[in-house]
Amino acid sequence: MRYTIKKLFSTFMTLIVVSLCVFLAFNVLPGDPAVRMLGLEASDELIEQTREAMGLNDPLLVRYGRWFIAFLQGDFGTSYSYKVPVAGMLLNKIPITFSLGILAFILTVLISIPMGIVTAKYENGVLDRIITVFNQIIMAIPPFFSGILITFVFGMILKVFTPGGFVSYKDDFVGFIKYLIFPSFAIAFPKISMTVKMLRGNLIDEAGKDYARTAYSRGNNTNGVLYRHVLKNAMIPVITFLGMALADMVAGSIVVEQVFSIPGISRILLTSISNRDYPVVEAIIMGIAIIVIVLNLLVDIIYRLIDPRIRIDD
Amino acid sequence: MKKISFKKIIKDPYLAIGILIMGLVLLMIIVGFFWTPYDPTKMSASEKLQGISLRHIMGTDNMGRDVFSRVMYGSRVTLLIAMGTIIIGAGLGTIIGAVTGYYGGVIDEVAMRIIDALFAFPSILLALVIVSVFGVGWMQLVVSLGIAFVPSFARIVRGEVLRCKDMDYIQNARLQGVGSLRMIFVHILPNIKGVLASSILIGFNNAVLAEAGLSYLGVGSQPPYASLGRMLSDAQQYMFTRPSYVMCPGIVIVLMVLGFAFLGEGIKRWE
Repeated sequence: MRYTIKKLFSTFMTLIVVSLCVFLAFNVLPGDPAVRMLGLEASDELIEQTREAMGLNDPLLVRYGRWFIAFLQGDFGTSYSYKVPVAGMLLNKIPITFSLGILAFILTVLISIPMGIVTAKYENGVLDRIITVFNQIIMAIPPFFSGILITFVFGMILKVFTPGGFVSYKDDFVGFIKYLIFPSFAIAFPKISMTVKMLRGNLIDEAGKDYARTAYSRGNNTNGVLYRHVLKNAMIPVITFLGMALADMVAGSIVVEQVFSIPGISRILLTSISNRDYPVVEAIIMGIAIIVIVLNLLVDIIYRLIDPRIRIDD
Repeated sequence: MKKISFKKIIKDPYLAIGILIMGLVLLMIIVGFFWTPYDPTKMSASEKLQGISLRHIMGTDNMGRDVFSRVMYGSRVTLLIAMGTIIIGAGLGTIIGAVTGYYGGVIDEVAMRIIDALFAFPSILLALVIVSVFGVGWMQLVVSLGIAFVPSFARIVRGEVLRCKDMDYIQNARLQGVGSLRMIFVHILPNIKGVLASSILIGFNNAVLAEAGLSYLGVGSQPPYASLGRMLSDAQQYMFTRPSYVMCPGIVIVLMVLGFAFLGEGIKRWE
């Protein structure tokens, strides 16, 4: 219990640090948001009124506090270029990007863990060698390039899916997942290779330790030692890695969405960056940051469940 | 550090393959400084989207520009951006890591909290924040990726410094009255150069990937002098009509990343 409270507190602190950084980054910029909103021809009086109405004349910390509290309540401000609430603009997009990241994560776990176990079990066997070489190459292919290759091979030659034929999750959930499978593979590939490599190394290390030998001498066979003793210890660093990889995959979907023309947050983010529509950029960055921070908290809690040795003071 | 001998390098497949690939890529880039088969920006209406031939060994693009010349130029841009990133990231990261690790205490606590928060933050997002604040361009890209790479270097160096700090030779030097700065830079850092070298190479590997991804999104180097990632985003729509236009820059990115990865792995094994 004390652990959870401490973790929650430090998560909250991280959230404050990150949000302060994001807020400061967008608020120490030269240029007046009121002018940006009203255009250069607006009279000084109007600008002053708008500044007052927008609360821009208050001290920075007050503005930060107001922005942060509003953010937590789901009010992300108003877009400069479209003059509509940001929350409404993003509401339909975030589930898409998030599903893509999660799907990639599920694929990574489902594929990499069995593969890691197999390569470690048959260490230096033919299969292990092939997978190891293959892994090195996969790790070097950026997700957007594998995305382009997947579109070419599966979309254009084999015609398994229609490139650009995105289906909304509201219309057809199965079709939606089907379309997302290919992009999520593109995101997952490098992470799968990294996880396999890591798990294989950890398993081999752990299997050489004394407790594994003891387990053998007590009459366990290879599978018994592997699944009952070694795997659990070898998984601990892998879980940390997977937690970070999940965060990376949610962020990485921004690039892959562009390849497969998926209408997630990617396009909105990129247009807002080039239009300098800061409230939108701010909201998206904060949104992803919150997802990442919460995921990290979850990883820490899972970690603790698996390995009770971990204490917060460590 | 073991003595460097040619025989030993050849025996380690990782090092040998890494050196071979990087040698080829570097050769292409260095030659590109002085000579390219064609002007990388010269368009030609009559030679649009040609396939691989003796005249154009990687074909031509949708504006009739020679893809090989553009790849030579683009890999230079990509490599220079990666280099800038590593100089900023590894430089600042090493200093922060060494100082916090060596002194410990409150500075260490505060710095590590911030570093941890940044570390949890995907580097592509950090780069996008900085690009959106300072505008699009290669300079901004270098700075933003550089900052995004600081946390990982700071963490690695801090860990290594903590490990070395209590070793006998450091204690010995301390008894001889060696000052803190000299201790960090003359006694500790040279002893972690192996770890640093392999993380710098892994860093290059990640920097090339990150640069390619961001340029693909259009926030990196601007046309007409495109980096490899930018070329891929331009080429994507011609995938079906002229696959070589997409494949060539793509494969060069993969080779670059692979070369750095193998070198990094090779050096790690060497130590």
